[in-house]
Amino acid sequence: MSNNNSYLSNYFHRNGRALGSIGYFVLLMVIFLIGAPEAWIRPNLHQSVFVMMPTLIFLTIPLVFLVASGEIDLSFASTYAVAAYVFALLVKNGVDPAICLVLGIFTGAAIGALVGTLIVVFRLSSLVASLGVLFLLRGVILLLSNSRSITIMEVENHWIYPLLVGNFYGFPMQIFWAAIFVIFCYYFFNKHVFGIHIQHVGDNSVSAEQMGINVNAVKIKAFMFVGVGAAIGGIFTTMITYTFFPTQGFGYLLLALAAVFVGGTPYWGGLGTIIGAVFGVGIIAYMEIGIIAIGWSGEWRQFFNGLIILLALLGHRLHGERVR
Amino acid sequence: MENIIELNNVTKRFGGITALNKASLKVTKGEVVGLIGDNGAGKSTLIKTLVGVYSPDEGDIFIRGKKINAWNALKARESGIETVFQDRALTPQQSIVKNIFMGKELRYPFGFIKEKEQIFEANRLIREIGFTSKLINAESPVGNLSGGERQGVAIARAIYNKAELIVLDEPTNNLSLNETQKVFDFVLNVKKSNRSVLFIGHNIYHVYDISDRFVILDRGEVVHQINKNDISTPEELMKIMRDTIGTH
Repeated sequence: MSNNNSYLSNYFHRNGRALGSIGYFVLLMVIFLIGAPEAWIRPNLHQSVFVMMPTLIFLTIPLVFLVASGEIDLSFASTYAVAAYVFALLVKNGVDPAICLVLGIFTGAAIGALVGTLIVVFRLSSLVASLGVLFLLRGVILLLSNSRSITIMEVENHWIYPLLVGNFYGFPMQIFWAAIFVIFCYYFFNKHVFGIHIQHVGDNSVSAEQMGINVNAVKIKAFMFVGVGAAIGGIFTTMITYTFFPTQGFGYLLLALAAVFVGGTPYWGGLGTIIGAVFGVGIIAYMEIGIIAIGWSGEWRQFFNGLIILLALLGHRLHGERVR
Repeated sequence: MENIIELNNVTKRFGGITALNKASLKVTKGEVVGLIGDNGAGKSTLIKTLVGVYSPDEGDIFIRGKKINAWNALKARESGIETVFQDRALTPQQSIVKNIFMGKELRYPFGFIKEKEQIFEANRLIREIGFTSKLINAESPVGNLSGGERQGVAIARAIYNKAELIVLDEPTNNLSLNETQKVFDFVLNVKKSNRSVLFIGHNIYHVYDISDRFVILDRGEVVHQINKNDISTPEELMKIMRDTIGTH
């Protein structure tokens, strides 16, 4: 009996936060269903959500790794635009879009490495330093692009377009890639040395260091992963809309962060949940689109986003405080 | 006798403070060395330098007679040195199994973790160490454990890795009599299997009981070394300590 109890309690220790965010998601769906059943059964509501979700997933899931490592990054919202800019500019100049894609992702990784190194080596606050980088990079983009957008209709005729963001019998391919990304990240976080070291480092970096884990290298890699995710999100969005906007990504800054925490990853490091974050993204995406769909004005969106963040925090509090 | 590790004239400074001043220390195969000294004598700094957490500013480190450059914690563990740190070096939100294998996970190619094998080994180790509570298994979070049980996890880690030298930094602090006895039994087992222990403590009776040789540290310097054969009581060791500390 006692053994059963211990397995049950270990199960909740591991999965309670993910289950919590799944619970919120279900609750939200029920409220929508009761509150606006006619909007709910219209397929275009869910279609809009599913178009928005992949981008948010590419941004949010890597942030779970970073937050679990005990750091935070705001600069991803600008990295998103920088990578998209590199991609669009190269495509416009006749470079093969597949190569542009690789170079764009590489740009994201490089920015992540720079931000991470800056923060880790000089022991800066990641919140403040990445806020600085957020503005700095946005400024660079506005200056380089002269605040003009770049249209790249030419990607449509290249083979990567149908493969990455095309329609496969009415099914948007980016959803497929986002799903692959989630599965990959789930194993990467829970069953791979990289994810396990991130959890140790975020939990107690002194212990991790004493056990021979290179704490700085782990953190820099987590920043790089956030850069890669941001780059993928930015490039995908640019391909879908055939357009690079110098201001793109800014709107995702707070939404992606909200999705991480609503998803059940605590802010203090050491813990994180990929599955929870997926449902966190679902909650945020449905809030963004569902409020409009049920006929309320857009002003309510921010109000409900705020409310759900607070409710989620209170709910996850029930799951327990940080143990030391 | 083969030297497992030798520190030669090692100096370590923090800012303007010299925490270790030309300290030399060696541990040979199969011996239990007791490191004693007052609070602030530099015991922790010496240990952390020995196990690679700090890198020395001056001096050399030899592993089995071979000089090592760019010493770090990972190299120390790969050289067969495991440490039970004073703070136990655990991550409390993680499971027992993750803690036991921290930094030395059992891996498949490409860095994926052999989870089942780790859990099996961790459960075996928990039984070997003798966790009493049935509520505990390898997947329980370390944060739910008592101080003695946490020490058990830290020791299990050292056992699993079959270290040739186990460094125990104040391992009996805050432990019950029963738990302290378990730590002593562990040290004797290690010695029996012809491996070495470096034992740090400020309870001189504890150190006296289990050590073959004593090293006295004061203000960052090794001021005296003595074999247990040359003295007969812990009081004698205490007197030597009183006579050497503060006189150099």
